[in-house]
Amino acid sequence: MIRRLVPGALTFLLLGLVIGGAFAGLLRAAGTVDYGGFLESSYTRRVVAFTIWQALLSALLSVGPAILVARALARRPSFPGRALLLRLFGLPLVLPTLVGILGVVAIYGQSGLFNRLLAGLHLEPRQFLYSLPGILIAHAFFNLPLATRLLLPAWSAIPGETWRLATQLGMNSRQVFRLIEWPLLRQVLPGVAGIVLMLCFTSFAVVLTLGGGPANSTIEVALYQAVRFEFDLGKAVQFALLQVAICGALVVAGQRFVPDVPLTPTAQRPQDRPDIAAWGGRIVDTAVLLAAAAFVLLPLAAVLRNGLAGPVGAVIADRALWLAVARSLAVALAAGLLATAAGWGLLLTSRELRLRRYRPRAAATMETVASLVLVVSPLVIGTGLFALLSPVADVFAIGLALVVIINAIMGLPYVIRTLGPPLMRVGEQHDRLCASLGIAGWNRLRLVEWPLLRRPVGTALALTAALTVGDLGVIALFGTQDTATLPLLLYQRMAAYQLDAAAVTAVVLAALCFGLFAIIERGVGGHGRR
Amino acid sequence: MHRFLFSIALALGSLSALSASAETPTLTIYTYNSFTSEWGPGPAVTKAFEATCACKIEWVALEDGAALLSRLQLESKNTKADLVLGLDTSLTAEAAATGLFAPHALDLSHLKLPIAWNDPVFVPFDYGYFAVVYDKTKLPKPPTSLKELIDGDPSQKILLQDPRSSTPGLGFMLWVKEVYGDQAAAAWTRLKPRVLTVSKGWSESYALFTQGEAPMVLSYTTSPAYHIIEEKTDKYAAAAFAEGHYMQVEVAGRIAGSPESELAEKFLAFMVSPGFQDQIPTTNWMYPVSESTGGLPKEFGQLVQPGKSLLFAPEEVAAHRKQWIDEWLQAMSQ
Repeated sequence: MIRRLVPGALTFLLLGLVIGGAFAGLLRAAGTVDYGGFLESSYTRRVVAFTIWQALLSALLSVGPAILVARALARRPSFPGRALLLRLFGLPLVLPTLVGILGVVAIYGQSGLFNRLLAGLHLEPRQFLYSLPGILIAHAFFNLPLATRLLLPAWSAIPGETWRLATQLGMNSRQVFRLIEWPLLRQVLPGVAGIVLMLCFTSFAVVLTLGGGPANSTIEVALYQAVRFEFDLGKAVQFALLQVAICGALVVAGQRFVPDVPLTPTAQRPQDRPDIAAWGGRIVDTAVLLAAAAFVLLPLAAVLRNGLAGPVGAVIADRALWLAVARSLAVALAAGLLATAAGWGLLLTSRELRLRRYRPRAAATMETVASLVLVVSPLVIGTGLFALLSPVADVFAIGLALVVIINAIMGLPYVIRTLGPPLMRVGEQHDRLCASLGIAGWNRLRLVEWPLLRRPVGTALALTAALTVGDLGVIALFGTQDTATLPLLLYQRMAAYQLDAAAVTAVVLAALCFGLFAIIERGVGGHGRR
Repeated sequence: MHRFLFSIALALGSLSALSASAETPTLTIYTYNSFTSEWGPGPAVTKAFEATCACKIEWVALEDGAALLSRLQLESKNTKADLVLGLDTSLTAEAAATGLFAPHALDLSHLKLPIAWNDPVFVPFDYGYFAVVYDKTKLPKPPTSLKELIDGDPSQKILLQDPRSSTPGLGFMLWVKEVYGDQAAAAWTRLKPRVLTVSKGWSESYALFTQGEAPMVLSYTTSPAYHIIEEKTDKYAAAAFAEGHYMQVEVAGRIAGSPESELAEKFLAFMVSPGFQDQIPTTNWMYPVSESTGGLPKEFGQLVQPGKSLLFAPEEVAAHRKQWIDEWLQAMSQ
């Protein structure tokens, strides 16, 4: 049915218009481009090498531990505070970067908690934050919780029949991991690692602020310099293409690691796994969860403490704050809905390709290409679209709409990650039944897909909306006086020396994102165990 | 999906309908974000000017001065701006080179700038001095010169900003260049062990400073005034440097051939009058360029008064900036 290819094509049309339009705009404004010339500088070559190195390390240190954390969470469905922990895990990535950095610094910095504890024990303070370790700690703080949240649903894909078999065979924890969990993880790990890699690859403020100096810098910084200080758009295009090429190669290499194993339809009878009763496993899981909670929650607690120490009343009473909250919410919901719809559309098409047309490579390529938007910097998209549209349209009038669309596109990779695997599973398990009963179209969506998919849909929507709430990069490019969102307000406070009020604003922002997660995940996803 | 595209089209349509302008003349001013924020000079300035002109000001707020310039370069002749406010003298030569600006017709002889001002295009609206701000409780003996800072105890750290992404960062680089000339690269190499980190913008390093990460940060001589006036603490002070302090002069200019050029000229005149200048000290935390009503707040009397004001000519910055930044990069990334 050719009809099933249409939604994906529409998503790609949107992607192509925005990304292609941005590059076209930049190229037209740049005139001629001398490709490759910028690589002659030894500094640039060093920056490229460092960018790749720190991104690979960051991805490894975020996703590696995330496997342990997600496994512990999967094995301990009734761990006290589990649901709260998961929801708090949604926060680091959506916080404005500077807020997250200040949280990390409050724990590991020169005068952070860690050094104060050392001082309490009469030990020498340690300085390790302002070089590569600082970058890695901060990247892990932002991305480990995200990776955990993205990996965890993989476990619910393991059918009860498998666990019953594992129990009958008397498998221990290690055998369960090797024979059951690892093959499944291999399917999702490259995608999750790819997202984290791309986020760290284009990291800017974290790398500069915690890098200790310009020796530790990323291509993104050079790109910013080319656009802002040299206005050399040709050079900017080259840097942007270089980012896409390198990340594309890394992500595609990761995809080769994905085995092509079709799932088999099962009865999905619930059954406990065989390795949860052992004491060794209990101790390990508890230790892993406590360590992860400490790592992620301590900086968050520092953010909360700083905020509560500030002028809470004055900030809350400010009308501009609530206007910004309303504006942030409107933009976030619009972008979240658009991202979820576009991602869902793309996945329907890739499911069609994968399951009915037996073209799994084509399907995977579609998903990978769409995910690569994460390496295209908002600065490139914003500047390029501006160059393209400003001669023909009133860009300020459509500024907010552009912000919605760009944020929606930046949210696509998360939608693909959260909604993709369950959507494929529904297809594999119910396609034949639907075909034999003649359920199709709207009825299929209502009776089959929605009840099974509402939870991941809720997660995707919550994640993309919350990410948009925290966005500064895109809104700053199109901002006018009347479009201040919450992160912009926060930065304005900081620029006006009001660091204490900014800290309060950060808590309001975190609370808003937390609320969004809770309401959307509950409201759309329904109740029940995750 | 169709419904989505439809609703986007609807949203686009309603947004453009909203922006349809009324009959009152509107002056569109591009500026940087913190100027128009609730805590910046923007709101009071808008009110004061609109009371005199039967017009409306529409602010377009971008990230910083560099973003302003690159937006202008991008829009070129299609710019919506009637006036641009918030460039500084390290950007004005390149801004003038766009050919977008028209000369002003103001008599600026009454301005009280520490330097002579004879730019035919740009009109200054405030100025300040870069300075090393330190925490008195942690640094009882601050450096008294750039030389002492550069050759001082490396265990006493300073927070700097990157000249590629930050105005103060660029200002400090120019300061070192002005004082050290050909020896600047060597000076940076000696300073490097004292630098805790080089952040993207001023906000990052100032936040780290107030969080106690380092006893010194690069900021302005006027920064302590905020803490004295708003937070009633004199914990932070600026260190006076014997070689003099590098200046930042912030300017505005009007766009040639804009439909509201008369209004723009009027705004420039208003900009150097008390209605605007009175706002500067305690909202932008800089010095006004002309006599303000009742003089400066008394707390400004406690601030460091530089013995010598240092400033490169805009043309010189434009000609050498890239080369100097490369020199800085080489020295700092060894």
